[in-house]
Amino acid sequence: MSTIAHTQKRGFAGTVWEYLTTVDHKKIAILYLLAGGLFFLAGGIEAMMIRIQLAVPNNDFVSAGLFNEIITMHGTTMIFLAAMPLLLGFMNAVMPLQIGARDVAFPFVNALGFWLFFFGGVFLNLSWFLGGAPDAGWTSYASLSLASEGHGIDFYVLGLQISGFGTLMGGINFLVTIINMRAPGMTYMRMPLFTWTTFVASALILFAFPPLTVGLFMMLFDRMFGAGFFDAAMGGNTVIWEHLFWIFGHPEVYILILPAFGIFSEVIPTFSRKRLFGYSSMVFATVLIGFLGFMVWAHHMFTTGLGPVANAIFAVATMAIAVPTGIKIFNWILTMWGGSIQFTVPMLWAIAFIPSFVMGGVTGVMQAAAPADYQFHDSYFIVAHFHYVIVGGVVFGLLAGVHFYWPLMFGTMLSEKLGKVTFTFFLIGFHLTFFIQHFLGLMGMPRRVWTFLPGQGLETGNLISSIGAAFMFVGVIVLLINVVVTQVKNVKVGIDPWKDGRTLEWALPSPTPFYNFKQLPLVRGLDAFWIEKMEGKTEMTPAEPIGDIHMPNNSFTPFMIALGLFIGAFGAMYHVDDKGWALPVLIIGLAVAFASMLYRSIKDDHGYHIHKEELLDDADKGGTR
Amino acid sequence: MAAEEKFTPQTWPESPEQATLEGKNKFIGFWLFLGGETVLFASLFATYLALKDSVPSPDHALAKDLFELPLVFMMTMLLLTSSLTSVFAMYHMKNYNFKKMQTWLFITVVLGFGFLGCEIYEFNHYVHEYEHTFTSSAFGSAFYTLVGFHGGHVTFGLFWIIALMVRNAKRGLNLYNAPKFYLASLYWHFIDVVWVFIFTVVYLMGMVG
Repeated sequence: MSTIAHTQKRGFAGTVWEYLTTVDHKKIAILYLLAGGLFFLAGGIEAMMIRIQLAVPNNDFVSAGLFNEIITMHGTTMIFLAAMPLLLGFMNAVMPLQIGARDVAFPFVNALGFWLFFFGGVFLNLSWFLGGAPDAGWTSYASLSLASEGHGIDFYVLGLQISGFGTLMGGINFLVTIINMRAPGMTYMRMPLFTWTTFVASALILFAFPPLTVGLFMMLFDRMFGAGFFDAAMGGNTVIWEHLFWIFGHPEVYILILPAFGIFSEVIPTFSRKRLFGYSSMVFATVLIGFLGFMVWAHHMFTTGLGPVANAIFAVATMAIAVPTGIKIFNWILTMWGGSIQFTVPMLWAIAFIPSFVMGGVTGVMQAAAPADYQFHDSYFIVAHFHYVIVGGVVFGLLAGVHFYWPLMFGTMLSEKLGKVTFTFFLIGFHLTFFIQHFLGLMGMPRRVWTFLPGQGLETGNLISSIGAAFMFVGVIVLLINVVVTQVKNVKVGIDPWKDGRTLEWALPSPTPFYNFKQLPLVRGLDAFWIEKMEGKTEMTPAEPIGDIHMPNNSFTPFMIALGLFIGAFGAMYHVDDKGWALPVLIIGLAVAFASMLYRSIKDDHGYHIHKEELLDDADKGGTR
Repeated sequence: MAAEEKFTPQTWPESPEQATLEGKNKFIGFWLFLGGETVLFASLFATYLALKDSVPSPDHALAKDLFELPLVFMMTMLLLTSSLTSVFAMYHMKNYNFKKMQTWLFITVVLGFGFLGCEIYEFNHYVHEYEHTFTSSAFGSAFYTLVGFHGGHVTFGLFWIIALMVRNAKRGLNLYNAPKFYLASLYWHFIDVVWVFIFTVVYLMGMVG
């Protein structure tokens, strides 16, 4: 009993220490949710400032320079520090349970991935207080960013480098977990769709992040060490950055949207009480989207001047992606067809997602036509398009996921009533904000410009857009109130809180024991838990007798490695200013990081075992229920 | 505990690096990591090819002026041989012969340092004889970044293998450290493969183009 009691009785400081050292995927998921949520709020406040500035013509709420910093940080924060970590949070919380694993393949690396992301994000956001944020847009095109003064771009480069390492590790970890640690009977074609999308998104992370790493290194060398990759005067070529960035950047949008697709593919069958229509075609479409995602990066560069042949090839490849995406849309609709639908909050988000995302998809195909793109490029039409896919797809998916998986992660149920208030405000606000931006773009309003003139027909549209943003803001505030109220009330829900859970994660007791499944479950088909329930059982059939469970030890080393790189990044950055303390700080930071790695390497860590007797003991006392 | 169990050559499993779940995970995970590394080097190669001989003025040295095949040939031989010796080391690892494994790893490390020494000499030569530096041209930046990233990987690999040899010197092989040795040798092979491409793309193509 010692180990179990030991981990449960702790004061506040003990809890903090537990989370600083945890290697449990369920706790890391909560850390991702917390940190990603905070960055989401920061990015949201930046969005509100953009809309306030653009509410009326000739506004001077913020200066032009500050506006550039705000749009850059809004984009960078939302993509790298909010959407991706929140999705990684859900992957951590749900995927290992869905495949019946005890943990991820590399619990230590999982923790390291989180802390790298966290310190990278903090580093990037510290730029606000240390002389100004990056101001060259989230794409940070080289000519612009090399000309940018101050340290803003350096914060961007180093911050993303550190958090990028973390994401890459997370990707490898999930891949190995899914390949090696599925429960008995869980074949690839029995994996829930969220696991499948996690798998494909992780593969995309693995192959998409290294080009970004290389691009960021080159930017770092150009800005800090006098290299000439992007400097035409030295023979460099600024287009190289564009290529490297988009070879990363395009798969990145699929890294975001595929897990969101996965969440919807879990929500829709659950609340339609029907198995997912066309499961195998869904898997096929997911893999195909991932594959095609690497072949279309140059559609972001139609106006760069790659020539008609390149533009034509990339245009056709881009249009091809509409096919697997269309398959998915029809499958979701046909899953609902004839089902007994319950309009819970997650289901509402899923239903709202379909038309919203289709609108974003249609404008995407419009832009895939290269000649037409010359008109749309760098206008608000583009802004409208990618917000329709990213908010209408990814953020709706995250909001569906928050409500759907809250009982699994925290053992409580978010208020349906408040959830519906959030849904109403956010959905109306979203369409108010972004639908009109299509027309603003077509009327010629360029993106990334800090203000506009009166008398050009842009006033009404911008005002409507800003009012819509306020609605979304209210929706998010209500969600926060919902979270606080739910956690204060702390009404625990039991096993299978939605009553219609289909997959393995809902078969677990609530709260989930730290070792997940006491006995690995036997998976007898797709929607494993549903199959058991249809046969009148209330829990999974075990695939093994109760035995000792091997668990990893907690470790503070991941935090130290990330902290070392965080400290070193300051040294690297201020080294350019000839500050005397910069070089020692760089050396100390790297020394801390490498010494921590060496410590990890040479200190044996075999983990520990929970003994059979303790597990049996635990069940007798009802401790797991 | 299973990981610290003592073995004899008879009880030592066929594939010790994959005999435990942890070993299996590391095996797959490391191959995937090498997949990512491949993309990393592919990006560096693409950049190098785009910026090859791209210099601000005609008085800068170009690839055909710089490279000397005898030195590069020697470096290639050193690194290829070190890859072979690491195979010998893994052969002995699989046969539970710790002493011979350590010996061959030691030879691998010596050859690796030989390679690194040549590379340092080579870079120094370019900088002082041809004023071909990291900051002299985009060509220089791309060259030193590509070849330097490889050199950095060699350095990391050397310290990794040394750390493993020293740490395990007194306790011999078990199923906990066998995967560690195996992965280090896998990494070493990967470095070797990258060098084969550098030899071809940078040096051979540099001589003819």
